[in-house]
Amino acid sequence: MKSREYLTVAEVYGPLMIVEGVSGVAYGEVVDITTPDGEVKHGQVLDAYEDRAVIQVYEGTRGIDTFKTKVRFRGETVKFGVGLEVLGRIFSGRGEPIDGGPKPIFEDEWDVHGAPINPSAREYPSEFIQTGISVIDGMNTLVRGQKLPIFSGAGLPHNELVAQIARQAKVLGEEEKFAVVFCGMGITHEEAAFFINGFEKSGAIERATVFLNLANDPAIERILTPRLALTTAEYLAFTQGMHVLVILTDMTNYCEALREISAARSEVPGRRGYPGYMYTDLASIYERAGRIKGRKGSVTQMPVLTMPADDITHPIPDLTGYITEGQLVMERELHRKGIYPPINPLPSLSRLMKDGIGEGHTREDHMDVSNQLYAAYAEGRDIRSLVAVVGEEALTERDRSYLAFADRFEREFVNQGRDEDRPIETTLDLGWELLRSLPESELKRVDPKFIAKYLRPK
Amino acid sequence: MGRIVRITGPVVIADDMRGSEMYELVRVGDEQLMGEIIGLTGDRATIQVYEETTGIKPGEKVEGTGRPLSVELGPGLIGAIYDGTQRPLTVIREKVGDMIRRGVFAPALPREKKWDFVPRVKKGAEVVEGDVLGTVKESKIVEHRIMVPPGVRGKVLEISEGQHKVEDVIAVLETSEGKKNVRMMQIWPVRRARPFKEKLEPNLPLLTGQRVADTFFPIAKGGTAAIPGGFGTGKTVFLQQVAKWADADIITYIGAGERGNEMCDVLVHFPELKDPRTGESLMDRTALIANTSNMPVAAREAGVYTGITIAEYFRDMGYDVALMADSTSRWAEAMREISGRLEEMPGEEGFPAYLASRLAEFYERAGRVRTLGSDERFGSVTVLGAVSPPGGDLSEPVSQNTLRIVKVFWALDTGLAYRRHFPAINWLTSYSMYINNVQEWWKSKTNEDWKSLRDEAIAMLQKEAELEEIVKLVGPDALPEPERAVLESARMMREDFLQQFALHEVDTYCAPEKQIGMLKIIMEFYRNAVEAAKRGIPVEEIRKLPVKESIAGMKRLTAEEFAKQYRKMEKQLREQFDYLLRMKRAPAAEDKCSG
Repeated sequence: MKSREYLTVAEVYGPLMIVEGVSGVAYGEVVDITTPDGEVKHGQVLDAYEDRAVIQVYEGTRGIDTFKTKVRFRGETVKFGVGLEVLGRIFSGRGEPIDGGPKPIFEDEWDVHGAPINPSAREYPSEFIQTGISVIDGMNTLVRGQKLPIFSGAGLPHNELVAQIARQAKVLGEEEKFAVVFCGMGITHEEAAFFINGFEKSGAIERATVFLNLANDPAIERILTPRLALTTAEYLAFTQGMHVLVILTDMTNYCEALREISAARSEVPGRRGYPGYMYTDLASIYERAGRIKGRKGSVTQMPVLTMPADDITHPIPDLTGYITEGQLVMERELHRKGIYPPINPLPSLSRLMKDGIGEGHTREDHMDVSNQLYAAYAEGRDIRSLVAVVGEEALTERDRSYLAFADRFEREFVNQGRDEDRPIETTLDLGWELLRSLPESELKRVDPKFIAKYLRPK
Repeated sequence: MGRIVRITGPVVIADDMRGSEMYELVRVGDEQLMGEIIGLTGDRATIQVYEETTGIKPGEKVEGTGRPLSVELGPGLIGAIYDGTQRPLTVIREKVGDMIRRGVFAPALPREKKWDFVPRVKKGAEVVEGDVLGTVKESKIVEHRIMVPPGVRGKVLEISEGQHKVEDVIAVLETSEGKKNVRMMQIWPVRRARPFKEKLEPNLPLLTGQRVADTFFPIAKGGTAAIPGGFGTGKTVFLQQVAKWADADIITYIGAGERGNEMCDVLVHFPELKDPRTGESLMDRTALIANTSNMPVAAREAGVYTGITIAEYFRDMGYDVALMADSTSRWAEAMREISGRLEEMPGEEGFPAYLASRLAEFYERAGRVRTLGSDERFGSVTVLGAVSPPGGDLSEPVSQNTLRIVKVFWALDTGLAYRRHFPAINWLTSYSMYINNVQEWWKSKTNEDWKSLRDEAIAMLQKEAELEEIVKLVGPDALPEPERAVLESARMMREDFLQQFALHEVDTYCAPEKQIGMLKIIMEFYRNAVEAAKRGIPVEEIRKLPVKESIAGMKRLTAEEFAKQYRKMEKQLREQFDYLLRMKRAPAAEDKCSG
């Protein structure tokens, strides 16, 4: 396709622009827009007619007029350069280097939208990643190639947690190439600095690539940013054989941008004004995690989203939870109690845990311990709410032991230091230590042979 | 030949399309992407495209094919994995690599593979539509029956035994319209239900090996079930459990708009698992449709029809087929997305107004039937649809329209899932309308009054729910002892019967005989416990009975071990309660307790 230039902007509204009198415009084609005062903006075709094109403008439409603005159709879809030189670099939300360094030399250019992994080419994820955080490793285990989001709320320490995971995550007994791709969407300068300083301090910046769309950067650019990050991650993983952890924060800002475009196009809205295709759109991001048969690397995603009003049924966490392989849910109540990380294991889940734990991965008793801790903590919390009504005196002996268990579980198992890196054995032993406080006949989720071995050792 | 005038996402508008039909398959653009006509105005056609449309330009051509979107039916379906338009994904991978590229063609059934065709009819025989001409051993357990296609009848002029490819002519029939070649492979349009003679009442249970389903909320062969639940409640795990252990001959599993790793899970684990009835690999009876959430939405819309057409085809051979659609909500969303692009007037929550009729049409393709053919053959398609309601709220259109149609409702409960009670099927809100239909089967098979036992168990759980309300207000201590005995027994029912661990090698599947045995023991415990409490035995004492541990261990026993233990446990239970009552009368003899 050849590039063509037009001066025929007919309409500009919100993040969209309509150009008329065009021909041969491809769906999804990239355009460069030069405003009368010489600023260059970028956009993409959303709706292609024979003589008309609807374009979303990544940098916002400010400064575009309908007389002098030049629109150049580049004759190609959105591509981004890939290469090992992206490691250690910081890019803007559109992929321009913003760390003062030179433009990296790329080995190839890839379509940022990627292509779906053939389901029959997928390798089932089963390699345990030790994050050193008990409530994750013990009860919501992360495996390589998984997408496990953090559902947080405003003011909760999700950034600290993500940074801690990025620092501590390792696969036991292996020395393999790994990398971190960090994608910030609409985050504040302060948050971005927190991550970058963290990467610099731990030396991780050498094997990290950072994409930053800050809160005051154009909102529509956010549509592009995660796609650049994932294209980079796919290259590092599937061409260079690295194990890549992709951190996407904050997906809520991404979804807001999606809604903005949808509203500007006056599309029929789905729930709460978000477009009906938001599920499909989010899937085109989240499904880019995984492993491929016969290739060494992996893409593991850890998206972060803040639930508006801590509401897990809000469309953003809801649709995310339907796509991702589980979720880690942060709870304000635990945070107020001073528990870090304030992850409530009950609504949290890791769907890929089953094949990543047990003998040969972690330890034979892992699944049973995890199930028993879940059941006991759930029972303990139920009883806690009962106590609020009837008082502790009305409880039976059994109920009281559960109540005590729930408190200890939060303080000793969930709670840990921001630099504390607990090996999986420590986590599981700690689990047994807590279970010991319950009557043995209550431990129905545990195979009797493990009771003999771990509950009453020696 | 038409010309593209507009592209917006998966929808393409083309002019100069005179002579095209609704639902005709077309080739779009220079790369010949697969599409389907979903609207016609004059000579302008609206086309939904089954592949990614980025980079397509107005002005490119559109070619009609003169036939509707169809599937290939013949040997080679079992063990295959297809996308929504029946492209074989393993073949596509060999052709273009690990990522799915567009514009790639591959026939659904392998063209070069030879199958050993064994005729069932002789030269000169009169055959009608649906008659079995011969068979092919497709997998270790599936005998693929090659049938006379619908609408054809006549005299067999030639029939050819031996090694054949799917496109080979295996028989020549003398029909009223002249000679007709019958090939091993049939082609059938996906949006049209395959014909049968008569629909019958479903009266056999589809046994799933899952206690909460078989014992409490059974589904019949040829029935329909919906399994709605928020994320993380275990829809997919439950559907996969049914796909693994259901006593169906054929399983069709449709992954519509779901996770890639889940389909991979099926592909990795099914071949390793053994069918409890035949001892062969579960993959030997399974066909998969995988159109994951990041694959084109239009193909997701089509995938559900592709799957059910394959299911009907095996039904026509006289097989019991179970079809899982995970998830029908994603399918409905695909309709919504296409409808939105067409700027149609939306119904509820942006879904198209025809959502209800499409769902009804789909579920109506389930059923137990007398098939075509002169021999008496019966087959069934059972449809199990997952529903993913936004926010877990069942008042949304897809759930509501589904519940109006289906006969079994397995309600997944977030609260149960949070406490890891799996399967998280809520025993109070779920229902099955096949109870009376399958009652006879249980009677003849197990010689037990399954229905009364089941009803009694449900009543007990209902009572528990009422008592829980009181406990919430006044605490457990305030309840009289017999009511606390109900709570104790109901807890046993929940933990030792309803909870079933999908990952446990034994507990993953529970045979019907074992299910009813377990149920009997627990109900026996319940009756004894309430009776004992009424006679003044404190529940604390009942709780300490050693038989409780044996009951808790029932799950881990294989069906054979359980059958051996059953009498012993029954006896143990009776003796221990008798002992408690005797103790009550003569407390001095306490130290004689043997347990």
